[in-house]
Amino acid sequence: MRPVTHNTKVKMVEAPVGFTGEGFFTTKLSEAIGLARSNSIWPLPFATSCCGIEFMATMAAHYDLARFGSERLSFSPRQCDLIMVMGTISKKMAPVLRQVYLQMAEPRWVMAVGACASSGGIFDTYSVLQGIDQVIPVDVYVPGCPPRPEAIIDGFMRIQDLVRAESIRRRESDQYKELLNSYGIQ
Amino acid sequence: MLSNEYIQKKLIDKFGEAVFQFSEPYGMLTFEADKENNLKVLTFLKEDPELMFTYLNDETVVHYPDAKGKELAVVYLLQNIYAGIRVRFKVYTDIQKPDVFTATSLFETANWLEREAYDFFGVNFVGHPNLIRIMNVEEMDYHPLRKEFPLEDQTRIDKDDDMFGR
Amino acid sequence: MNQKQKQNIQLPEGSLGKQTSTLNLGPTHPATHGVFQNILEMDGERIIDAVPTVGFIHRAFEKIAEHRAYYQITPLTDRLNYCSSPINNMGWHMTVEKLIGANLPKRVDYMRVIIMELARIADHLVCNSVIGVDTGAFSGFIYVFEFRELIYEIFEEVCGSRLTTNIGRIGGFERNFTDIVFQKLDHFLKTFPKAMEEFETLFNRNRIFMERTIGVGGIEAERALNYGFTGPNLRATGIDYDIRTAHPYSSYQDFDFSVPVGTTGDVYDRFLVRNAEIWESVSLIKQALQKMKDLDPSVFHADIPDFYLPEKEDVYTKMEALIYHFKIVMGETDIPVGEVYHSVEGGNGELGFYLISDGGRSPYRLHFRRPCFIYYQAYPEIIKGSMLSDAVITMSSLNLIAGELDA
Repeated sequence: MRPVTHNTKVKMVEAPVGFTGEGFFTTKLSEAIGLARSNSIWPLPFATSCCGIEFMATMAAHYDLARFGSERLSFSPRQCDLIMVMGTISKKMAPVLRQVYLQMAEPRWVMAVGACASSGGIFDTYSVLQGIDQVIPVDVYVPGCPPRPEAIIDGFMRIQDLVRAESIRRRESDQYKELLNSYGIQ
Repeated sequence: MLSNEYIQKKLIDKFGEAVFQFSEPYGMLTFEADKENNLKVLTFLKEDPELMFTYLNDETVVHYPDAKGKELAVVYLLQNIYAGIRVRFKVYTDIQKPDVFTATSLFETANWLEREAYDFFGVNFVGHPNLIRIMNVEEMDYHPLRKEFPLEDQTRIDKDDDMFGR
Repeated sequence: MNQKQKQNIQLPEGSLGKQTSTLNLGPTHPATHGVFQNILEMDGERIIDAVPTVGFIHRAFEKIAEHRAYYQITPLTDRLNYCSSPINNMGWHMTVEKLIGANLPKRVDYMRVIIMELARIADHLVCNSVIGVDTGAFSGFIYVFEFRELIYEIFEEVCGSRLTTNIGRIGGFERNFTDIVFQKLDHFLKTFPKAMEEFETLFNRNRIFMERTIGVGGIEAERALNYGFTGPNLRATGIDYDIRTAHPYSSYQDFDFSVPVGTTGDVYDRFLVRNAEIWESVSLIKQALQKMKDLDPSVFHADIPDFYLPEKEDVYTKMEALIYHFKIVMGETDIPVGEVYHSVEGGNGELGFYLISDGGRSPYRLHFRRPCFIYYQAYPEIIKGSMLSDAVITMSSLNLIAGELDA
């Protein structure tokens, strides 16, 4: 029989703060849900231009984004958690982006990858939207033109921190509703 | 053997005074004609068995706001890919009545190139199958690449022109 | 119940009698690599008609170029065909050098050839592996992106950036190739051929891939020429028009390479033509490295002090270098008045730069002849009568890059 070797080098996520006993572990519900959600984020890559190619490099084997739980890229907004907007958004594309955002189900997060998505980038012209936060609320901005894959992974880890620490009542709170209303979203 | 002088001679033999302003900037033969004759010249260049300029490389527009009566120049870049020779053909038009005959009947390439020229400069190509805006939003009511319009979007609120040196 | 339904749904005119259905292959779609919208009229699974819409990423490059100095336009050209941005940079530098009449030393030409061919390999690797992904074969993509990382490392050594490189300057390069660059090139040339052979064995004679791609998305040579095709798409139809042999630039006439050509112009031919071009590029890089061995290794730019920034040590110590630096950066140099057209063989074909200069700091008019924009017009004609999945593969085999379409 082949001897069983236990893999002692597996890195596991830290357990949340809680009370352990004989066969049980108690913690807050939001912490348990946050732990589960943050390590299984399904992103929607909304790749329009050059940052999309750096995203392809991030998904490839060298800088693997699947290690963080996002093995399955969903291209349907109804089934994704995180929309990663990568690339320049022009005024013609802004209504499309907004419609995709509106189709996402709560809880949803938005990551603006690259200078063009954050603030218009080097294209300060009549046809480019100067940052996607003109139309949708953004959680994390990743600067760079294009950002290195390590930077995209860093932004992804910041999103993971946000997801882990989020209260389960946030999406019904008045503050969140006010934020969405300021963008004209009901 | 096809050379710039030979092409010039054939054009002058066929059209006489209708083609003028021959020059050779950086080795490429450039000439002009009136806008009524543009299809005739293009057809001659395409179908003549010796010239065979059957490939339309590019078609674009340049705006010269100071040349009154000839503000918009439509520039065709034709190529004979068998001999490797390029020729530039310009047609000037007034900005008040920018009507130029379309080249889509000769070259399929010209379809979107002319739509782009219409979108950016407002040149009306007579006879084009589908002359609507291609790059900008349909509701835009001005032609942005003309010299009088600024580059930046004037309604943006987050970029301070003083800090950006404008 | 029926009354209520009729009130809520508003159908366009004549749609109840229509036999076909309308499908919006919208701007955000996993299979369209870039933002293109196609409104398809379909009879079941067959496509009857397609209306493409472009312009979703219109960034007004030509208008920006009228407000920037010549050396500031290089980062703009990066973002045209961003999978192979060094080729765009080099094309722009060659256009300006043609305008000012600069002659470059041979070593600079050979260095440019190496960088351009690396970029071409990178572009074709993306296109071919993505054709694989669209037919369902994901592994080729993963294999091949390892080698794109090696190419990115070489670009990083030379210019500092991976993807949008802004590589080179008007007159040459910003720094000489260091030993590390040559070591990385040798490592790449040693390891890449074996991986490319593995990639080819995965796809070339693969029964499923061949059945999905042979006979799909073909176009005849006459129609392709009428539509203005260039590059691998045109060569797949049988016409061997390559700018590197027809209008040679950057000393390509010194090299010994052949131009691969297909027969029917379908997806399989385009795939094979791109694979063959990758092998030609590897051979060109080897020849360039061989030729560079006999040349003076300290030369990396032409001697044009009016356009090429002097060394920083000289700027701080010598008077003329300070004056040249000031003139170049502030835009006081004398630029000739004229109009010039130069084209290079990009990843997709003839990328042309039509530059009209009026002697000022910025161009008077700069027009990019973008190959993707010109041949995307043929897409409705190519996919008429084919199935939806074939339309998707055709789009990815045409190697449409959104930035270059300005769409």
